[in-house]
Amino acid sequence: MNHWIIAPLVLPLVAGMLSLLLVARPGLQRALSVGATAGLLPVTLLLLCFAGNGEFGVYPLGNWPAPFGIVLVLDRLTALMLLLTAVLALLVLLHAVNGDDRRGRDFHVLFQLQLLGINGAFLTGDLFNLFVFFEILLIASYGLALHGGGAERTRASLHYVVLNLIGSALFLIAVGTLYAAAGTLNMADLAVKVAAAPPENAGLLRAAALLLLAVFGLKAALLPLHLWLPALYGHATAPVAALFAIMTKVGVYAILRSYTLIFPADGAGSDVGQWLLPLALLTLAAGAVGVLGSQRLRVLVAYLVVVSVGTLLAGIGLFNSGGIGAALYYLPHTTLVSAGLFLLADLIARQRGSHGDDFVLGPPLAQPTRLGVLFFLGAVAAAGLPPLSGFLGKLLLLQAVAPAQAGWLWSIVLIGSLAGLIALSRAGSRIFWKTAGDRAVAGQAPLTHLAPAAVLLAMSIAMTVFAAPLIRYTEATAAQLLAPQQYINAVLGAQP
Amino acid sequence: MMEAVAALTLAVLVTCGVYLVLRARTFPVVLGLSLLSYAVNLFLFFTGRLVTGAPPLAGGSAPVADPIPQALVLTAIVIGFGMTAFVVILALRARGELGSDHVDGREEER
Repeated sequence: MNHWIIAPLVLPLVAGMLSLLLVARPGLQRALSVGATAGLLPVTLLLLCFAGNGEFGVYPLGNWPAPFGIVLVLDRLTALMLLLTAVLALLVLLHAVNGDDRRGRDFHVLFQLQLLGINGAFLTGDLFNLFVFFEILLIASYGLALHGGGAERTRASLHYVVLNLIGSALFLIAVGTLYAAAGTLNMADLAVKVAAAPPENAGLLRAAALLLLAVFGLKAALLPLHLWLPALYGHATAPVAALFAIMTKVGVYAILRSYTLIFPADGAGSDVGQWLLPLALLTLAAGAVGVLGSQRLRVLVAYLVVVSVGTLLAGIGLFNSGGIGAALYYLPHTTLVSAGLFLLADLIARQRGSHGDDFVLGPPLAQPTRLGVLFFLGAVAAAGLPPLSGFLGKLLLLQAVAPAQAGWLWSIVLIGSLAGLIALSRAGSRIFWKTAGDRAVAGQAPLTHLAPAAVLLAMSIAMTVFAAPLIRYTEATAAQLLAPQQYINAVLGAQP
Repeated sequence: MMEAVAALTLAVLVTCGVYLVLRARTFPVVLGLSLLSYAVNLFLFFTGRLVTGAPPLAGGSAPVADPIPQALVLTAIVIGFGMTAFVVILALRARGELGSDHVDGREEER
């Protein structure tokens, strides 16, 4: 049995608890947190090598076989998401230890518990366990969203918390309905039971499938449940906003997993199969309008996150291997680039003094060349211009669509990219070119402050250079997701 | 009969919960969320079917009380309790920092 599968849960859990004991020793706490997060990187790489062969890792907790016990399941998709989380978390944490983590006592504790929740949501093979991990990542995120304090953060967090509490209630109703109709909560077993459900239960299962879409749509910021995102991400402390770039992807992951495994779009999930693509395109359009209307750089990046969710779900909503493969290539790209832009916006805001990241006439930056190059790199990647990975992702998506749907999808994706391009060019010229006075108001940022944002944005270059192996991996992942019988056999046939 | 009473109880709880959440003042919102979570807990409990006086384990053809929804309810109650405590503290903080108990932090225009 492969015990490494549970390591991405044990490591942050132990580190989070130890950090709680070390609140009085901030230096030690910081070192522990960075060490544990760095430790996730080799572990998740190992898991990726294991899952890359197309094997399934099934880890029965307490050695109870599925469907009686809870299982952790590692497949290609899970391994990819775990590695992405580890890379993002380490770089974000390296930015945070430059000072942002001292703006509240429990940053490292919450950060580790957030990682526990995210990794758990990716690994679990049980629907109720998914609910529990969602709650862990949510309650940690409530604390992190308030990190640093201030009226705007409190206001945005209040909306976020209340909405997610209602979302949790709906999640439980969906879980209860599914249990009442199918008598199990193991995802693989649910897939079998839902496919073989008697016709009198079809209505209940349809209701449960749509309720789950509402819940995951709220997490992923799918229209019309996206309105909490710009305020929350736009006002959160920079490292927190950058870490939250993965949070919407947890919702996207849950949608992808549920509607390929439990409710396949050509079977029990046919409602979702019809609705996901139009909703995703509307999300993309709404996000593009928000990008054009933003008055602050961080709000602009937050709307770019909404646009990326629309793009991802449009790919998934096609429910073919090309669309899902394109979405899975686009997913790491957009997560890393939006996180990098959040960190960069923070660096820019610090060098503009009281003007922050508002699009107003401000003083020149202390390091216009370095920050300018980084911003240019991030803007090219985020807008989807060639040659960087955003362009490749969108190209794959446009190629995957069938001619019948092509009109809407092509026009909305391309107009959305144009909107992003216009908004980012305007933002860049306001911040870097049109400045008042000739003296910088703030000192230069040392290399340690610039490096995490630079590495995150440079990941886009790496994803372009290594595009061929990556695309091979994501296409294999899409093929694995569209053949759920392998997953079901692996989980239900696994002997402890 | 028992089913009708159970369904009516849930309906009243959810209706009151939704109404209170839509009041858009933090205190009614917290009460509404509590009512919603009570309704959800009861609902989860009912998903194990309504049987009385039955043992919780399978034993041949005799009716059994399903133990899994009870375990789910316990988990849901604990999580709901923690979340309610958090949202109460957050509501108090919002009242202090925003100077209003409206969820948007401002009085609506009259």
